[in-house]
Amino acid sequence: MYDKYLIVGEAFKNVTENGKVIGFQLGMRLPYYRGVVLSLIGKTDLSVDGEVFSPEQMSVTLNGKEYELTGLENEPVAKWEFGEIGILTVKKPGGLNPGKHAVELAQHMKISYVPFGFHGHDRKELTLIE
Amino acid sequence: MNDQSSIKRCVSFFSFQEEYFLRKLTLEDCIATAARLDIPGIEIIGDQMIPDYPDISDEFLRKWHAWLEKYERVPVCLDTFLDFNKYNNRRMSEDEVLATILHDIQNARKLGFSLIRINHDVSPWALEKSAPTAEKYGIKLGLEIHAPHHLDHEFEQRHIEMMSRTQSPSLGFVVDMSIFSDRFPRVVSDRWLRDGMDPAIVSYFVESYNAHNCLDYVCDQVVQMGARPEDIGMVYYGVRHNLYSNPERMLEYMPLIFHVHATLNEMLPDYTEFSVPYDQIIPVFQQGGYNGYLSSEYEGGKHIDDTEEVDGVEQVRRHQVMLKHLLSIEQPVAIAMPVRVH
Repeated sequence: MYDKYLIVGEAFKNVTENGKVIGFQLGMRLPYYRGVVLSLIGKTDLSVDGEVFSPEQMSVTLNGKEYELTGLENEPVAKWEFGEIGILTVKKPGGLNPGKHAVELAQHMKISYVPFGFHGHDRKELTLIE
Repeated sequence: MNDQSSIKRCVSFFSFQEEYFLRKLTLEDCIATAARLDIPGIEIIGDQMIPDYPDISDEFLRKWHAWLEKYERVPVCLDTFLDFNKYNNRRMSEDEVLATILHDIQNARKLGFSLIRINHDVSPWALEKSAPTAEKYGIKLGLEIHAPHHLDHEFEQRHIEMMSRTQSPSLGFVVDMSIFSDRFPRVVSDRWLRDGMDPAIVSYFVESYNAHNCLDYVCDQVVQMGARPEDIGMVYYGVRHNLYSNPERMLEYMPLIFHVHATLNEMLPDYTEFSVPYDQIIPVFQQGGYNGYLSSEYEGGKHIDDTEEVDGVEQVRRHQVMLKHLLSIEQPVAIAMPVRVH
């Protein structure tokens, strides 16, 4: 559900640290109708122009606090509120080139009252401005 | 004859979820909308619209109570969930389930609710253990009966056995009217077609569902017809959200029915709902002396959001016009219902 709202393009840009471009970021929402504790967030599959990124390369920032995707399963208290836009930061030295990019995001939610959980899939063309 | 006016109307803000998700409506807007549509009662999912739930801030509580006063709405039901898998690699223990429910009871008190909707996967043990605290604070706990379950399902019957034994005034059910879906929601099957399901499978499923055929068999046939894995997922979702069971079965258990989710998937311009025959079911509630709320719960948005703008407010408006009308007319007995089955 909410598939077409998962990718939020307004935040799409390269990320610089100590004068170096270390990756890029984009906004995302979750495909579910409640706010959830972070341990319920399942697999995040992201690709840009066909390049697939691993969970080890990604973190999400919620309300100013950054969480590694690989550590979400150990967060049974902190919440991602319903409809809240998280900032997904992806490590990629040098970042992305300015211009158009095909972004694809699939997100699974581990919701215990349904056998297969919830799932959302979005695909958008976003423009990265230098 | 029962006083049919004793059945009251409510709206679950689940209905406005898309508008809230996209920040088109705030929680205050939802409450104001209930007032504008003349819906006395309101129902809220804690995890959906209360920041940091189950830890509610004093600031939120101040605003909440000010809004209730300003818009003169009655807080009817707090909907809660149990996330059994939230602790990595293990299932929540029954004691943790109990602790969660007891925390929810305190939250209901703070918010002014006297009823909690318990999600449909809590054991009789946990509910029974919660009852003394719920009774102490005058809070009712209503286990939701949602498709594919129904009153005669083994799980509900185990709860009914426990409720009969304990006789706690705090334990009962929330009935979700998806269990009275006479026709399969068109908005769902139309979406299946748009998502690429073989039209032959869609029409087989819809015709079989509408004939009230055994859904286990129908699902097996769908697999035999060559459904793709994603089709099987969609059909599985469909039968977990819709079921036709006999509404008259409620008559035997009416004192246990605390609250009703009045499901709507598609309100038509003529103020009827596509799937649920409200004109046949409301008389059953009247006949049984039900005196709780019918709470509009719009489920259709997620099925149409690929082609049109979701308008939960308009769907609820039409639904409430229908409820108001049906609750105002004298219908002494249920009409055109199948033979009662025991």
